[in-house]
Amino acid sequence: MERQELRLSGSGGQGLILAGIILAEAALHDGKNVVQSQSYGPEARGGASKAEVIISQKEINYPKVEDCDILLSLTQVACNKYIDSLKSGGILILDSSVTIKPEREDIVVYTVPILETASESLGKPMVANIVALGSIFELTKVVSRDSLEKAVLARVPRGTEELNKQALEEGFNLIKNHKEVCYGEVC
Amino acid sequence: MAEKKVKLMQGNEACVEGAIAAGMKFYAGYPITPSTEIAELSAERLPRIGGKFIQMEDEIAGISAIIGASLAGTKSMTATSGPGFSLKQESIGYAIITETPCVIVNVQRGGPSTGLPTSPAQGDIMQARWGTHGDHSIIALYPSTVREVYDTTIRAFNLAEKYRTPVILLMDEVVGHMREKIEFREDQEIEIVNRRKPNCLPEEYKPYKVKEGDLVPEMAAFGDGYRFHVTGLVHSETGFPTGNEKVAEALTKRLFNKIEENVDDIVEYEEYLLDDAEIAIVAYGSTARSAKSAVEILREEGMKVGLFRPITIWPMAEKQFLQLSNKVDRIVVVEMNMGQYFLEVDRISGKNSKVEKYGRVNGELITPEEIVSFIKEG
Repeated sequence: MERQELRLSGSGGQGLILAGIILAEAALHDGKNVVQSQSYGPEARGGASKAEVIISQKEINYPKVEDCDILLSLTQVACNKYIDSLKSGGILILDSSVTIKPEREDIVVYTVPILETASESLGKPMVANIVALGSIFELTKVVSRDSLEKAVLARVPRGTEELNKQALEEGFNLIKNHKEVCYGEVC
Repeated sequence: MAEKKVKLMQGNEACVEGAIAAGMKFYAGYPITPSTEIAELSAERLPRIGGKFIQMEDEIAGISAIIGASLAGTKSMTATSGPGFSLKQESIGYAIITETPCVIVNVQRGGPSTGLPTSPAQGDIMQARWGTHGDHSIIALYPSTVREVYDTTIRAFNLAEKYRTPVILLMDEVVGHMREKIEFREDQEIEIVNRRKPNCLPEEYKPYKVKEGDLVPEMAAFGDGYRFHVTGLVHSETGFPTGNEKVAEALTKRLFNKIEENVDDIVEYEEYLLDDAEIAIVAYGSTARSAKSAVEILREEGMKVGLFRPITIWPMAEKQFLQLSNKVDRIVVVEMNMGQYFLEVDRISGKNSKVEKYGRVNGELITPEEIVSFIKEG
C-alpha cells in the first residue's frame, strides 16, 4: 500500500495521541515515511480528541487525513463526527460502547469491546489505547508486528511492559475472535 | 558514511534541539499552547548541558530575561504564541535598539486575543514585521517541515548573532505539533556563528561604534571586563542617551540597513516546479505543504503550476518576487489569514502579473483540494 491514512478518535484522556505516536514510530521502524498530527480542544480531559497518522512510501506533504482508510472511534461523539471522512471501502473499528451505529453500506465495520477489555479483562482502563493498537494491527497490518511491539515498549512507563504486551495481545484477539466480516452492517 | 539516526520528532522538539545545537544556554518564558513543548523540553534539556531555564511570571518577563542573558554573553531564546507575542512586542523593540541577539519563537494559533488556542493560524505575519513600534527592520523565518524547523532554528541564532538583532522564528500549530521523520547524521557539520567580540582595551571600548564599512558593532558581554551602558533611548556610540538629530538619524538608518542591505544573505526560499510554470502559488509554513500537494495534483492534470515558498518572511525576497512576476501570469498567495503577505506580494509582483489571495481563518489547515479548486476556477 503506497499511502495509508488513519484517524484515531475518541475523547481527551483516552491516550489516542500517544497511540498515534506509537503507530508512527512503528512505521518509522519499518522504514516508511510518516506524519502524525492531532487535534484537541482546550480542555485537558473530555472533549473530542483525535490523532492522525499518515504512512507512505513517498514524501508526505499535506499532513492531515483527507481520504481516511482506517477510522477508530472509541466514543459515539467521535464516530458521529468523523464517520463521513472514512472513504468508501474503508475500515471502521468501533468500540462496542458506541450504540448508535453509522448507516453506511460502503464500509467495513468491526465492533469490538476495546474499552471493556482494558477495564475488565486487564483491569486498567488506561491501556485501552494499546488494546486499540493491537486490533488495528491485526486488522490492517499497516505496520509490522515487531515494529509495533518495539514502539509500544519504547513509549510506555517502565514497569508496565508486561501489562502493555498483554494489552496488545488482547487487541489482536479481539479481531481474531471476531469471526464474521460484515459489509455495511454491524456485527 | 557515518551512521544515520532516524527519529520521529515534533516541530516544537526540533526547535529545542536546533537551539541547543546552535548554542542556546538560556531559556526564559511563560508556556502557552501551542508552543508549550518548547518550554517543557528546554526545561528538561538545558540543566543537563550546563544551561538554565526559568519559568517567568509572564511573557514580558520572559523576553526581558533573555535580553539580559544575551547581554551577559549567553545565547538565549523564548517561545510563545499570539497572546504572548503581543506582550513581547515592547521588548522586541528594546532588543532591536540595544542590538541584543536573541530568538523569539511564535507558534501561531487563531486570534485575535486568546482566539483558538489549539488551532493553527498565520495571522501574525504582519505583527512579526510591525508589532513593535518605531521604524525598524526585522528578520522573521518560517520553516514548514520538522527537519527544517531544526535547521531554521540554528539559522535564527546565527543571524541573530551575526546582525546583533532579535530574530523571530514563526511556526504554526501544525508545524509545531506535527511529528515526522527526521534524520541526523552523526558527522553532520553545523555552521555556528558567534557574535564578534571587541579586542580593544576596555577603556577604549565604545559599545555602539562600528568599524569603517561595517554595520554591526562588536559586542562585549557583561562580565568580560568591558563597561558599557544599555538603553532603549536613542544613544551614541558610547551607549549613553542623546537627542542629537544626526546621531538619531544615523542610528535608525544603521539599524535598518544592517538588515536591508544584507537581504541576499538573509533571504532563503524554495522553488518547486517553477521552471516552466504559468501559475505560481506562494505559501509558507504548514500551508506550503498543502500547496505542494496541490501543485502535484494540478501537474498531473497537465496544468503548469509551481510553488514559491519563502522561508525568510522578513525581510522579503523582493528580487525573487519581481523575477517570479516576470515569469508567471498568475500568482496565488495562500495563507491562513485574510491576506497579509498577499499585500506585500501584490505590491511587488502586482505590476507584472495577476496576484490573488486565498485564505482561511477558521482554525483548520487549508486543504490541497480547495487550492486546486480555487486555481481551476480562476
